[in-house]
Parts: sequence; structure tokens; C-alpha cells
Amino acid sequence: MSFSPKVVWKEFSHSKIGITGIVILAVLFFMSAVAFVTIPLESFKTWNDPTSWLLYPKSAQPAWVNYFQSEKIPEHLILKPASTSQQIGPVYFLTNSFAVNYQYDGFPSDFIYQYTAKYSGSPLLQISVTRPDGIKMQLVSTSLPFVNYTATYGSMIFSTQDVIAKNIASAKNKYAFPLDGVSSEKIIFSELDKNQVLKGLYVFRVHLYDVSEKPTLVKSNLILGGKVYGIMGTDELRRDLSVGLLWGTPLALFIGITVSIGSVILGLLYGVYAGYKGRATDEVLMRFNDIIYAMPALPLLIILAVTIGNSIFLMVGFLVIFGWVGIAKVSRSMALQIKTLQYVEASKLMGQKDYKIIFKHILPQLLPYAFASIAISVPAAITTEAGLSFLGLGDPTFPTWGQILHDASSYSAAARGMWWWILPPGIMIAITGLAFVFMGQAMDGIINPKLRH
Amino acid sequence: MGFKKFLAKRAITMFGVLMATLLVTIILVGSNMDSISKQSAAQEIRQQVTNNKSLLSSFKTTAQLDSYISNEIKQRITALGLDQPWYSPQRIGLSMYKILTLDFGHAKFLTSDSGSSDVRDIILEKLPRTILLFTTATAIVSVLGIFLGTVAASKVNSKIDKITSGFAIISSSFPVWWIGVLMIFVFAFLYPIFPARATPDLSVTDPGYWGSLLYHMALPLITLVIIGFGSWAYLVRNFLVGVLQEDFIMAKRAAGIDEKRILYSHALKNAAPPIVTILALSLSGSLGGAIITEAVFDWPGMGRLYFEAISVLDLPVIIGATYVLTAFFLVSVFVADVLYGYFDPRVRRE
Repeated sequence: MSFSPKVVWKEFSHSKIGITGIVILAVLFFMSAVAFVTIPLESFKTWNDPTSWLLYPKSAQPAWVNYFQSEKIPEHLILKPASTSQQIGPVYFLTNSFAVNYQYDGFPSDFIYQYTAKYSGSPLLQISVTRPDGIKMQLVSTSLPFVNYTATYGSMIFSTQDVIAKNIASAKNKYAFPLDGVSSEKIIFSELDKNQVLKGLYVFRVHLYDVSEKPTLVKSNLILGGKVYGIMGTDELRRDLSVGLLWGTPLALFIGITVSIGSVILGLLYGVYAGYKGRATDEVLMRFNDIIYAMPALPLLIILAVTIGNSIFLMVGFLVIFGWVGIAKVSRSMALQIKTLQYVEASKLMGQKDYKIIFKHILPQLLPYAFASIAISVPAAITTEAGLSFLGLGDPTFPTWGQILHDASSYSAAARGMWWWILPPGIMIAITGLAFVFMGQAMDGIINPKLRH
Repeated sequence: MGFKKFLAKRAITMFGVLMATLLVTIILVGSNMDSISKQSAAQEIRQQVTNNKSLLSSFKTTAQLDSYISNEIKQRITALGLDQPWYSPQRIGLSMYKILTLDFGHAKFLTSDSGSSDVRDIILEKLPRTILLFTTATAIVSVLGIFLGTVAASKVNSKIDKITSGFAIISSSFPVWWIGVLMIFVFAFLYPIFPARATPDLSVTDPGYWGSLLYHMALPLITLVIIGFGSWAYLVRNFLVGVLQEDFIMAKRAAGIDEKRILYSHALKNAAPPIVTILALSLSGSLGGAIITEAVFDWPGMGRLYFEAISVLDLPVIIGATYVLTAFFLVSVFVADVLYGYFDPRVRRE
């Protein structure tokens, strides 16, 4: 019955699945760290805010599907600028250039230039594109609203704007096919003799001229609309699923680990106290335990979530309410055995206080069991929370994996074949669960040597 | 302690649990429920007054009419006992008594397929379908699981043992409902073999109804079996491995009894008590899990009813369904206890 941490660790390190579990867990913790570092807290708070996802494509597949296809689907590109500035006489001259090596087999669905400029006066904004065949096209030439002090002004220029179509029309004689009714991006990215994608390097240049002061572009993005995006694709609400999945990792770990540690501590103390005290205390405590044990957890969890609230912290509390009972039962019967050991009885006879006996002599004996229980009860906590979120009862402000699956099912992703919306969250739930199951199995093998045959 | 006393003790505990669950439910939904019953009482009075033309014409001003109606409503609320706060012992006692006698009242929004809004009718209509699906699944899963588990236990550390254990661990890590969504994606949309919605599209009176019901049941059933039998086999295997290390098995081996016979008739018999308990418990557990599974497959049983009731906050249905689900859950826990006590007399003596 007695295990020193050293022995346990030695046995554990020999168990292949135990090590596998630890490795998976380490990867998940690494992903959480990446989420904290790379994705600022604000951007995950804006998960449910549609305006923060405007630049992203709707229901785009992951970009890597192109590796498995002969026809390359155009990727949704959010291009960052290379910036240069000059001063020629009194004129300040700012250039942002966006280069893209366009190698896809379809036209971009549109393009958008989004900018926020800081200037005074009324600078001139010009956008042009140089195609792979050297043809240069002027797209936009417009002046920004006049101000006589330094101000910031933000706006967007869309490929659907008439001014672009008019500017392109001047190059009409270069094309061998009529341009009427063909949208701007299909002209810009087209070969000259037939309306087919011209592959190669396109350079979009944005010029800003001002005389009174040096202008700056605080924000400057060129978006080429496409049907595939990023590592994980996007959902119906244009949200980048990789952000949601990445943020789901610390959330799932938080829920799983807090719930299981909370349940185990509560159950351990409750069970040991009942077992150690015995008699009437034991009887009353165990009857109460029986009552909670036999309650149907899911229906009550649903009612709790509906009536009391569904914040993620409340959810953790609710899960603990139903999580501690089994552990209390086992630790009580273990405490019953330990308290009959001679050294425990001896210290009792010497007048040692009850809580000291419990904390010094009984609880340490139960630690290996406690660790195994923590590992084993994590997956259940994660899947239950995911299930509640899937039913739409989770905390809507956090992108948990269950929440993502809930959104997927409410936009009937399965019926529309949006596998990239359904598969990854479920696989993440399972992998996280597996990591803990593996570790629990390894611990179990150490505590119950009978199972190892 | 005799078996009868053991039974009585368990039965009393179970009844206590039923009452406690009911009490918790009523307390949680109490204040909402209160305003709903008051509203429906007021609505009833208004309806009565507007339908009664002669009464309506006897009022000269609208103020008179209003004061008459509010007076009537007050009287009705007192008559129904709604004037006391919802947490008063009388009202909680009354609601508990009503629910115990299966008087759940009328649903706010939901109706049964035949159009009745009586919660009891709705539940009686949905319950058999849930039992059909989950009992069938549990039966298939347990037979498959016991068979596979026994094979695995007889050849510990063989390939089949490792595959079974591995499959059990991996399959139990996936949420059932997620596998359900995947199954719908693959077998209803990618390869349209089964219908995506498990609700049969024929009416109950149609002669083809049962065929259609079974056809619609196939996908949820397959999902439940796939996700369930692995962990079953694993449990059975572990119980059997434990039993096979007992001295009496060694003695039988030494006596030269055929290994197959030891496994199937001696070891399996001794592993029966925990297996039977797990059977009863998994049946009850699956009823709770039915809420999500049925919501995914759109299977028209208790689980989906519960889900629908939650989404429109139809409290009478929520309370009724919770009560029935709890009752079923407790009955199976009780049966598990009794069977265990019957098979293993040591439990009774605790």
C-alpha cells in the first residue's frame, strides 16, 4: 500500500503509454503558451464580434488542401506592405508595395485595400498594379478629405468600385476579348488573349503624396479574396478556426484540470474524514454521498446551466459537484483500512489531534491514488463541458472546442461538407482526453499491479 | 443483515434520491415556474371574460372591465394557492405531490405528435422510442463486449488483447455525439446510405411505420455500438484477468480441467456480479447521455424532448422529463444494487 514518489516515478518512466501521455500533454501546454504569446487576449475576446473578422473569407477550407489537388484553389491572402518614403522637393512621397506570386488556377473573388492614414492637408492616394507581363495599370487615384491639422482617416477601397472598372477600361484595347460585364479582378489577373489566370508576380503599389507634412499609413492591408485560408480554414462567420482551436487548448486544460483537482481534493477530504470518524458521522456523510452519486448528472447540469448561469467558472463548479462522489467512496474505504494500521492507532493513543493524523498519516498514503484519479477524471470533465457547450449551454464568450462544434452544427456544417469545421475540435478533445487517460492508465498499473498481466 | 433488509435500505435510499432530485429541480426552476403559472392563470381569466359576450356588454367603461378582470385574477391566484411565494413549504410540497402522482401539467410550447399539450402524453409518446434505441444498443454492445473481453482475457498480451484495449481507450476518449456528427457527415451526406434525420417520416398508423423507424434508427444505433463495445470489452477483460489469478482457478488448472471450460464456465461466472452491475449502470448512464445523442441524430425520444424543452424553456416539460429520467436512472441503479447483492453476499454484510 505504500509508495514513495521516487518508486512511482521510476515505474512510471518505464511505462510507454505514461510517457506518451506526458509528451502529448507537454505539446498541449506548448500550444497554450503559443496561444497566449501569439494571439493577444483582445483578439480572442472578439471571437464573437463579427466586425473583427471582416477581412477573412467566409467558410474557407484550410490552405493545405491545395497540396492534394491538381487545380490550385486561390488562397485568401491578407498582404502586409513593404514601405518606402521619399521627399522630392516640397512633396512627401510614401509608397507601400504588396508583392504576390500568384500561382493559383482561379481568379481571386475580389480584392480590398484597407488603410488608415495620418496626415494633414489633402494627400493624393494612388493605387497601381504591375502585372507579370510588365503591363502597369492605374487602379485608383483619389484625394483624401481635407484637414488643416494632423488627423487620421481610415477607409476601404473595394474591387467592385466603379472607379476601378473605369480606370481599367482604358487598357481595353490590349485584351483580345470584350471586357464588358467582366469584373475588375478577372481583368487584372487575366491573360491578354483569353480570360484565364495569368500566373506570376503581381506588385500592387499604393502611393500617398502630400505637400504640407510627411504622411504615414498607420494601417495598410491588401486583401485578395480566395476560397482557402490559413492552417485550419474559416467558418461561416469568417472566423479563423486556428485562433479558436488554439485558444480552446488552454480553456480545455483549465476546465479539465481545475474540475479534476477540485473534485479529487473535495472527495479525498470528505471520504477520509468519513472513514476516519466512523459511526454516525460516517453513516450520515455516506448517505448524502449516495444521494449525489445516484443523481442523473447531465439533466441536472443542464438545469443548473439554464437557471443559474453558464459562465465558465460556474460550469467548473457544477462539474465539481458531480465529480467528487466516486472518489469520496474509494478514499473512505481506503481510510478505513489505514486507520487500523498500528502506527495510526499508536499516534491516536498518544493524543495526536485528529486533523494531524488525517493530514500526516492517512492522506499521504492516498496520494498515488489521488494523482491517478486526477488524471482519470480530466477527460470526463472535458467531454461533459464540450457536450454542454455543444447543446448551446456553454459560456458563449469563450471559443471552447464544444462551442466551435455547436456553431458548426447550428450552421449545419455536416450537411454542407465543411469537414474542417467538424473534425479538428473533436480530434483535439479526444487527444486531450487521451493524454490524461494514458497517464491514468500508467498510474493505475502502478497502484493495481494485478491489471498488469 | 438479511437480503430483505438490504433491499429495503437500498429502496429507501433510492426514494430519498428521487425526492432530493425533484426538490433540487423545483427549487432551481421555482421562480420562473411561478411567473409562468401566474401568467397562464391571468390569460385564462381574460379569455373567459372576452368569450362571455353578455358579461362583456354589462360593463360601461374599460376601467370597470379592467378592475373586474384583475379582481378575478387575484381570486383565481388565491384559489390556486399562487398568492404565497413559490418557496413556501406548502407550494413546494404541493408541486412535489403533483409530480409524484405524474400530474405534470400542460406544456407551454411543445406538443406530442398527436397534438396533446399534456406533459404526461408527450412523455409517454417519447419514452418508448428512447427505450427502444438505447436498450437495443446496450444489448448489442454488451454481447459484443462480453465476447471480445473474454477472448482478450484468455490471451493476455496477445495481439487481439492489445487491439481491444487500445480500441477501448481510444474510443472512450471521443465524445459520442461528435462521432455521431461524423457518422451523419459520412453516411448521410458523403455516401447517402442512411437518412440524416432519424425522425421517421411516416405517421404511426402507416403500415410501413416500423420499417421506417428501424431504418432511421440504424445510424444512431451503429454509432452507439461502435463507441460503446470497446470499453465494455475492456472492463470484462479486466474483471476476468482478476478472477483468473485467483487460487481456485489455479487449482482447477492443476486438476487438468480444460482451459476453455475454466474460462467460460468458472471464471465468467465469478466475474458476473460486476458485469451485471455495469450492464444496469450503463443502461441508466446511456439514458442521461441520450440528451445529446438524440439531439444530434434528431431521434424523437426523451433526450430530444428534453433538449427542445430546454431551448424554449418549457418548464413543465423540463420538470416532467427530469423526473422520468431520474426515475428510470434510479430503477436501473437499484436493479444493479440488488443484482450485485444477490450475486455477491459480501456486499450485504457491509
